[in-house]
Amino acid sequence: MGRKLLLEHAHVEGINTYEVYRKHGGYRAVEKALKTMAPEDVVEEVKKSGLRGRGGAGFPTGMKWSFIAKPEGVPRYLLCNADESEPGTFKDRYLMEKIPHLLIEGMILSSFALGANTSYIYIRGEYSWVVFILEKAIKEAYANGWLGKNILGTGFDLDLHVTPGAGAYICGEETALIESLEGKRGNPRVKPPFPAVKGLWQSPTVVNNVETIAAVVPIVNDGGDEYAKIGIGKSTGTKLISASGNINKPGVYEIELGVPVEEFIYSDEWCGGIKNGKRIKACVPGGSSVPILPHFLITKTANGEQRLMTYESLSDGGFASGSMLGSGGFIVYDEDQCIVRNTWNFSRFYHHESCGQCSPCREGTGWMEKVLWRLENGQGKLSDIDLLSDVAKKIEGNTICPLGDAAAWPVSAAIRHFREEFEWHINEPKACMERNYGLVKEPLATV
Amino acid sequence: MPKVKIDGFEVEVPDGTTILNAARMIGGDIVPPAMCYYSTLKGSGGKCRTCLVKVTKGSEKDPRPMPKLVASCQTMVMDGMEVANITSDEVINARKGVVEFLLINHPLDCPICDQAGECHLQDLAFDHGAASTRYEFERRTFERIDIGPYIKLHMTRCILCYRCVFTAQQLTPERVHGVVGRGDHAEISTFIEKAIDNDFSGNVIDVCPVGALTDRTFRFKSRVWFLNPMEAHRDCEKCSGKAVVWMYGKEIFRVTARKDQYGEVHEFICNTCRFEKKAPGDWVVEGPRNIERNSVISQNHYLAATTVR
Repeated sequence: MGRKLLLEHAHVEGINTYEVYRKHGGYRAVEKALKTMAPEDVVEEVKKSGLRGRGGAGFPTGMKWSFIAKPEGVPRYLLCNADESEPGTFKDRYLMEKIPHLLIEGMILSSFALGANTSYIYIRGEYSWVVFILEKAIKEAYANGWLGKNILGTGFDLDLHVTPGAGAYICGEETALIESLEGKRGNPRVKPPFPAVKGLWQSPTVVNNVETIAAVVPIVNDGGDEYAKIGIGKSTGTKLISASGNINKPGVYEIELGVPVEEFIYSDEWCGGIKNGKRIKACVPGGSSVPILPHFLITKTANGEQRLMTYESLSDGGFASGSMLGSGGFIVYDEDQCIVRNTWNFSRFYHHESCGQCSPCREGTGWMEKVLWRLENGQGKLSDIDLLSDVAKKIEGNTICPLGDAAAWPVSAAIRHFREEFEWHINEPKACMERNYGLVKEPLATV
Repeated sequence: MPKVKIDGFEVEVPDGTTILNAARMIGGDIVPPAMCYYSTLKGSGGKCRTCLVKVTKGSEKDPRPMPKLVASCQTMVMDGMEVANITSDEVINARKGVVEFLLINHPLDCPICDQAGECHLQDLAFDHGAASTRYEFERRTFERIDIGPYIKLHMTRCILCYRCVFTAQQLTPERVHGVVGRGDHAEISTFIEKAIDNDFSGNVIDVCPVGALTDRTFRFKSRVWFLNPMEAHRDCEKCSGKAVVWMYGKEIFRVTARKDQYGEVHEFICNTCRFEKKAPGDWVVEGPRNIERNSVISQNHYLAATTVR
């Protein structure tokens, strides 16, 4: 049984109310930090903990915090990125829905560490009911003196606001989030300057994922060193994984980083194996934008080592034979799933969500979607496969923000690992159509 | 003063200069093309990605190369920086890719487009594009819209460089012009179908690199290369009154602001000068205008002395 730090009390009745949360040790970390620690100490603890950003990129949080510029007389801001829109990722929603006070406690600690007196939770517009949960929790926190002026008599002021977005994946990119929060069109900014220097209203700003901010609570409670003991190497602590796809027990699981992937998929504690006793075909370990892994690379890396749920192990072998931990959207495909259809579906998403600011992503995502649609429906040509990887290559790395990369990676990876399946779609257009219209009774081997 | 080497040419530039502007100081073939950057508009640039370059050496202090190609219009030079533009295959390939992306939804209706002959996209495609397209799907189209009595918006041709948005925001007092929608269905639009109605709105036509915003008083009147661009001025209470009048014989067909060799306007002109003063007596003609851009307009059809290159 792994240790749980964030979801330890998730199943306690009424944990979303202040009283129950407080009874289970809630806001202890705020008391400890505000009364006995200096802001720099909190940053130091987070650095010691080795906590890495849980939103996808995995950048060390302590280092990110130490980059924030501290000019005199300019306010600093902490933004919580709750715009969780990556297909396959739903961990933040679970956390905010179940234990909203954990996020608020983390926000107080992080704002204290950064010296921010106004902080925002930017939440995805589709999570409309979560907005009310958070607002209720914030009200309770204000009423009990954890937010507002002069918290615990220490002279630290903090105002916390919840701002819903209007439903755009791109607003999860930190500079687009800032633009959107400022009331503008959510287009990513050209960097530099980075938000740590000029962010919200041209002031130094830090943007962190919900889970990252929540993880500050156990770090302050138990100390950074204690947190760093969990996990392997540079992947410390616990991680929420949103498991979905053809598994017996889909859901949000908190794991200690370093659990073998095989155990995670087949153990009854977590995913509980593949549904209906089928074989595994592929796996996307970190949300739709990371490269897909074929069955022989899921449990073992290319050089035969056991693959673990860590940042390093999942990206072992680079993009040729590895993937990324990303935001932890763990999608499993069984032998009946069509990779071409899946890739088209992802592409359709990125086409819909591209902001349209820079040309490679604006035009390229639509092009890839159209070609993939043609392939999926048995109207493709052999040259389409090379065309797709060429288009993906020309988008990747040439855009303002990482959405271009996120759109290109799944396509290139699918072609890299499942080329025969793309070819099958081209060579067997009739079988392809029959399958799409549901005329095939037997499971159809697509490879 | 930082020194920067671009494709082997060294230049010393003031602090805070971008790679693109440093390259423009050197001049010639090594200047990256720019479709969205506009030196006189604050905040422009970084979007079209045609000016991507490779930084092979970050600076004297930190000589590591930059991992990705960077937009030269947005990246500041550092002392000792070395940049590869046309000497890097990676850059040339990426630029080819960007041109292809810009053209897949472009109607390629140059034969009936008023911008032909002075279109940046046309030049860019001529220099970096492929002879044929690999795009086999229906192109995105929009309805043509009249925004105000003078300006026609043909969104199908637009490459979303945002120059006109910045012009509208920075030159005119009220924001009436922006982008709606997202992705490849994003479009330039006036605020709730309102006409752009102020004295400097006509400048959006000059900043548009393609034929998306055209002059309604000049539409389909003539091809630009049949006209003689002449520098002219008049006393205007709203603007500098310095313009270029495009003449055929004694007749003035259209009036534009004066553009430099990169197609950029430094002194914007007002709508009265641009749209309403077209009688020969309205302007004091100074003499032929050098069109310094490598354009069909400057090809040998009129005074030899005025052609450059």
